[in-house]
Amino acid sequence: MLRIDMSEVRETNEMIEKENLDVRTITLGIGLHDCISDDLERLCTAVYDKITRKAEHLVETGEAIGREFGIPIVNKRISVTPIAMIGAAACRSEADFVKLAGSLDRAAGTVGVNFLGGYSALVEMGMTRADELLIHSIPEALSTTGVLCSSVCLGSTRAGIDMDAVRLMGGVIRATAEKTADQDSLGCAKLVVFCNAVDDNPFMAGAFHGVTQPDEVINVGVSGPGVVKTALEKVRGASFEVLCETIKKTAFQVTRVGQLVATEAARRLQVPFGIVDLSLAPTPAVGDSVADILCEMGLTEAGAPGTTAALALLNDQVKKGGLMASSSVGGLSGAFIPVSEDQGMIAAARSGALTIEKLEAMTSVCSVGLDMIAVPGDTSAAKISGIIADEMAIGMINGKTTAVRVIPVIGKKVGEEAQFGGLLGSAPIIPVGSADCDAFIARTGRIPRPVTGFRN
Amino acid sequence: MNKVIITVVGKDTVGIIARICTYLAEHRANILDISQTIVQGYFHMMMIVDMSGADLEFLQAADELEHLGEDIGVVVKCQREEIFESMHRLTSLSQ
Repeated sequence: MLRIDMSEVRETNEMIEKENLDVRTITLGIGLHDCISDDLERLCTAVYDKITRKAEHLVETGEAIGREFGIPIVNKRISVTPIAMIGAAACRSEADFVKLAGSLDRAAGTVGVNFLGGYSALVEMGMTRADELLIHSIPEALSTTGVLCSSVCLGSTRAGIDMDAVRLMGGVIRATAEKTADQDSLGCAKLVVFCNAVDDNPFMAGAFHGVTQPDEVINVGVSGPGVVKTALEKVRGASFEVLCETIKKTAFQVTRVGQLVATEAARRLQVPFGIVDLSLAPTPAVGDSVADILCEMGLTEAGAPGTTAALALLNDQVKKGGLMASSSVGGLSGAFIPVSEDQGMIAAARSGALTIEKLEAMTSVCSVGLDMIAVPGDTSAAKISGIIADEMAIGMINGKTTAVRVIPVIGKKVGEEAQFGGLLGSAPIIPVGSADCDAFIARTGRIPRPVTGFRN
Repeated sequence: MNKVIITVVGKDTVGIIARICTYLAEHRANILDISQTIVQGYFHMMMIVDMSGADLEFLQAADELEHLGEDIGVVVKCQREEIFESMHRLTSLSQ
């Protein structure tokens, strides 16, 4: 085999040093079924003990791997089995679930991870008593913990959409916003609803350790929008074929780094390797933007006509390039478009080029959905439920994952900005339209499984 | 074989290679390949080093070489070779 030469070393290190190539997260999934008890104290102790034991070396291992390969590993995270299942026998009230949330948050603090996900319920076919209690407890749980993340799966292609839960979540998102109003409603940044949620997602706020998973697993999410953007600078004006090839090759390289880090982390922690999530995940840093890639393709701003096509192309090439680079691809895999976490998206939302309606169209061709979008603080619960229902419908009909993470910023209106800090960034508050959907959301029951769900 | 890539970037000065090679020899790390160039007035050097016979751990060597670089006024970076192999070669990764 040919020895690595200097230009290759320089290329890799420029990607890391100048183009923000990083491994976005190593996420350790931990199954908590063996902690189940009908005694709340015993459950809380067992959960805390298991997480702190299994993840004891996660952070130091991630840092050592990052140091040895010379690549930043930005986040070390934990996902756990959806807590509505784990707490079902012991939690008889919302307060009981909040107490369990406290134990999860303390365990995350003890091992030093950035986030712990899995304060979750999967209710696409309907809610159990425990699911309802957990969902009602979310505002209190998220306002009294630091790094805990919550997700609720409301629908799927195989099940349809639980509209009762959609209605409930509109109110829960508002209540969470109100409880964290002093921080620009930050609690909502840690809460996401899904259609077609996946069991192996390493990204927050939506990571949970699915029930189909082994006891423990290592999932890795890569990133590198800056690397793709820089590669595209060299092919300005070239044909779509050249554009696509360039993205594919870059995605391949980025994903290989993820695969390397994932296998190394799995080996050192003696935990099975799960998947690499082929994601282009932006951060608020300059040069780490998915919107900038769209602009490099030839748009003046994200949101311009052509945006959906450009994003579809980008998402598909990232997958094509990444699939061969990893032995096991999973999670959400594609381009993320969180508004507050992407300089280019923020600028486009500020100028009015990017609207919530355009974002909704974009979510039909890329990873996940309406993400980190700040809306006026007086947006009604029913309207939030309407936004959720639309997004769930896109996911259900098209057999893809979609999600909603909107933040009704209490006390702020269109034109003002919300500041979340750190990787969560800042977001201009954008309008949601004046027409109402109250009577639609007030209906009870479910939207049944669509015809596309009958594949047997 | 436990291969490490050492890169040195900075303003050219007397004795950069000598200082780094001396350090590696003292710790019985074997240099397999070395190349250097000047790009836009900046000194760039890359070494492929086999650390399997060395008397210290990778992270310690990386730290000490980094400090050595600070003394000379250059940036020294040590990385395991696999990251470059995985990005630039179609070799199979385990698993």
